[in-house]
Amino acid sequence: MPEITYREALRHAMAEELERDPNVVLLGEEVAEYDGAYKVTEGLWKRFGDKRVSDTPISEAAFIGMGIGASMLGIRPVMELMFWSFSSVAWDQIVNNAGCVRYMSGGLINCPIVIRGPANGGTNVGATHSHTPENWIANVPGLKVVCPATAYDAKGLLKSAIRDNDPVMFMENTLLYGEKWEVPEEEYLIPLGVADLKREGTDVSLIAHGRAALTALKAAEILQAEYDISADVLDLRSIRPLDEEAILQTVRKTHRVVLVEENKPFCGVDAQIASMIQEKCFDDLDAPILRISAIDAPAVYSPELERAQLPRPTDIVAKVLSICR
Amino acid sequence: MDTLKACEYASAPINAALTPSDKIRLLREMLRVRRFEQASLKAYQAGKMGGFLHLYIGQESVAIGACSLMGPNDHVITAYRDHGHALGVGMSMNECMAELFGKVTGCSKGKGGSMHFFAPDKNYWGGHGIVGGQTPLGLGLAYGLKYKGLQGSAMCFMGDGAVNQGCYYESLNMAGLWNLPVIYIIENNGYSMGTSLARSSVFKSCLAERAEGFGIEWDTVNGESMYELRAKLQVAVDRAHQESRPTVLEISTYRYYGHSVADAKHKVYRAEDEIERYKAEHDPISLWKAQLLEERVLNEEQYEAIDDAAKKEAADSVQFAEESPIPSVESITEDVYFEVDRHTLAGRTGRHFFNS
Repeated sequence: MPEITYREALRHAMAEELERDPNVVLLGEEVAEYDGAYKVTEGLWKRFGDKRVSDTPISEAAFIGMGIGASMLGIRPVMELMFWSFSSVAWDQIVNNAGCVRYMSGGLINCPIVIRGPANGGTNVGATHSHTPENWIANVPGLKVVCPATAYDAKGLLKSAIRDNDPVMFMENTLLYGEKWEVPEEEYLIPLGVADLKREGTDVSLIAHGRAALTALKAAEILQAEYDISADVLDLRSIRPLDEEAILQTVRKTHRVVLVEENKPFCGVDAQIASMIQEKCFDDLDAPILRISAIDAPAVYSPELERAQLPRPTDIVAKVLSICR
Repeated sequence: MDTLKACEYASAPINAALTPSDKIRLLREMLRVRRFEQASLKAYQAGKMGGFLHLYIGQESVAIGACSLMGPNDHVITAYRDHGHALGVGMSMNECMAELFGKVTGCSKGKGGSMHFFAPDKNYWGGHGIVGGQTPLGLGLAYGLKYKGLQGSAMCFMGDGAVNQGCYYESLNMAGLWNLPVIYIIENNGYSMGTSLARSSVFKSCLAERAEGFGIEWDTVNGESMYELRAKLQVAVDRAHQESRPTVLEISTYRYYGHSVADAKHKVYRAEDEIERYKAEHDPISLWKAQLLEERVLNEEQYEAIDDAAKKEAADSVQFAEESPIPSVESITEDVYFEVDRHTLAGRTGRHFFNS
């Protein structure tokens, strides 16, 4: 199976969907002639032309709102935010319009729009460019949130997101754009709302999403090699809808859980997961549910410090040891 | 700028083409809006509904005049003062009144309320509560029409209070840059809630003139004149249809009630005699009625009959709303996700709602 980068996987997903459905369009800052600020859309403007792939001005409120308005008419825009951090200036459009228009119209309207782009810290660009808003978005009924960790997942999930008839907020990671994974050449889709057990173990469950799932995998290897502790690593992939069954299943198997995310702790995605586990699997637990999140401050600039601010494999190992010994 | 002399408005082709019954229909539609809203006010004051009630009374000519120009690919979107536009596009009084009452028979099944009426089948996209928030959506409707190769327009209504929101200017920039057939219609009633135009906005000659900086055609319109309204709106519609170019129109109008019915100070921030003067001298319904009497296409007896019918329809809609059932608690989580509502595979995969 060929190995391609996360960036290429996203590009292939968009190209295939542009090819398949004439209503799919790509819109965003620098997505066309510049070939993408992070080269995710490289070559697509040349291949599909002005009508299908268009550069927008730096006007997130207007172009995101425009995409939402167009989606009400049946266009299927895939909108790039150069950083998900910039969603703050389009917040009204995303939350009030994409998030609420179906509800407030009593189900008469739907918005088949995808808003995608990187949503991560760890690149030393300071607090305003490093937000991880999956928990903000997941708090809005009407919106869906997806956070793929690998190239394989990114491609399959993005294709499903584009075909979905609800607004899907697709959160990528600049640190992963250049990483390679095996991705089949033949077409495949990954449904939203299905988690992926990325490693099987018996002693503890590491539950994560986005890049944190990869950090959890590294921690699992250390735990196995150095401490003979065998970890299940469950990658949520999709935050809303959420694969509750997969979460409960791993907890029932291992009886110990450490939740890992690059989000901040207060009302983070893992707060919801912890609540769900204690409610539904209380008797299965042999230890308290532990959480590792980003250190609870705005994203720090200093490169060395920012590495420490986000969960590292050693942080996870330490937490696991605190409940597995 | 396309301007027509006042005497020419009535003879503009779009008005010259009006038959007597078309003219009477415009009157009837305005009266229906007014009687609907008066009935809703009474019910609101009787505690029959919740939330806000932003009345359009005094401004009826704008929505009715604009909606009378809609063809199959002309779309309308507006802000929260949306009852006039809703009836203007052809929504029924029953579904609108029932929505105000929060009933299952409401146009949004009781999920939207006064500020959020929608009828996509009638090219009506709301009904939006955040000031200016609908302006990018109007842009998107225009983009969608152009993308599909349809000759149409998106009429995006907004108040004078919305013109200072950033997304409106971002939208003007994109509308001009991409040649999108959107018509921004500023219904200037002089007050953004309790703040007068003079205290909220700085401008050279008018608000619409700000479009000049974006290279967008603009015009001002006397909203109390149905002929002028239709003539100037048609110029904008033609521009959208034939050139795929945007327009900004500023229509002077006036609301008799407060920003919403809850606006207790609306006789404090403006003089009562100002309101009375508008009612007496500038009322769009009275003026259109007088015009039709003068043209002898209408007599007093016909007027009374039309008005009585509008009052009865409004009263009947109150009764319909009163008698309609309240939606079930189970319905609260319906109409959130399309895929869930339709029981698709996507809608049945993963957990979408999180109450325990």
